[in-house]
Amino acid sequence: MPSRRHAVVNPRNCVACGTCENVCPRHAALVVHGCRAEIDIELCIGCGRCAASCPANCIELVERERREGNEAALV
Amino acid sequence: MKRHWYDYLWIWTIVYFSLGFFNILFAWLGMIDFLVPLGFAIFGGNKLFCNHFCGRGQLCMKLGHELGYSRNRPTPAWLYSRWFRYGFLLFFLTMFGNMLFQTWLVGAGAASLRQTVSLFWTFQLPWHWAYAETSLPAWVAQFSFGFYSIMLTSFLLGLLMMALYRPRTWCAFCPMGTMTQMICLLRCRKK
Repeated sequence: MPSRRHAVVNPRNCVACGTCENVCPRHAALVVHGCRAEIDIELCIGCGRCAASCPANCIELVERERREGNEAALV
Repeated sequence: MKRHWYDYLWIWTIVYFSLGFFNILFAWLGMIDFLVPLGFAIFGGNKLFCNHFCGRGQLCMKLGHELGYSRNRPTPAWLYSRWFRYGFLLFFLTMFGNMLFQTWLVGAGAASLRQTVSLFWTFQLPWHWAYAETSLPAWVAQFSFGFYSIMLTSFLLGLLMMALYRPRTWCAFCPMGTMTQMICLLRCRKK
């Protein structure tokens, strides 16, 4: 079941250090081409470990967009 | 999570600084930490070194995250602002150039070997026990002292940042990280 929240990266501040990639328990964070980190929101469980450890404060947790009829599935 | 061989590279950081304490010529091994990330960025277009192979980053995570020596406070915004990151890179490269110039002076016989380690580009620490005269030219030792100074200074800055802010706050303005990301961004733009 998808979580209520998921992480998003502010690409402007990302330093592509890979800390998020290393702490993510679901391998949802990945540094792409050495430029910036990206989060696979399908894999993200919204645990916030990446946001709590990011040295550039560029990750935040946002509410997952609710799809029609899918609200009950969000935990 | 599954552990890989490279998850233990933090041990290399401890070994490196320990070796340099007893014999300064081991400082040359630090060139690996300079050349490998540049190689990854230039030829591979990635930051694999920062992401997985940086022993310093791993050690900061061990101390700050696992052992709890970090206050874990958000990094101040100016520390990861572009002007500071690029400014620090410029400063770092200038000091690196100065170190190379000192090495050249010793090699040319215009200056004598200084058996000291310069901390924070200011304080001269005696380090003479780590050098015994060898058949190697004096500039080799001078480079070792200079390079070890840079490595130790940046490591101590990293530890300070780890304690004050988040475990890997140093990564936010690490000159090697800034340089390799710059290379990767340029490669992305070209594509």
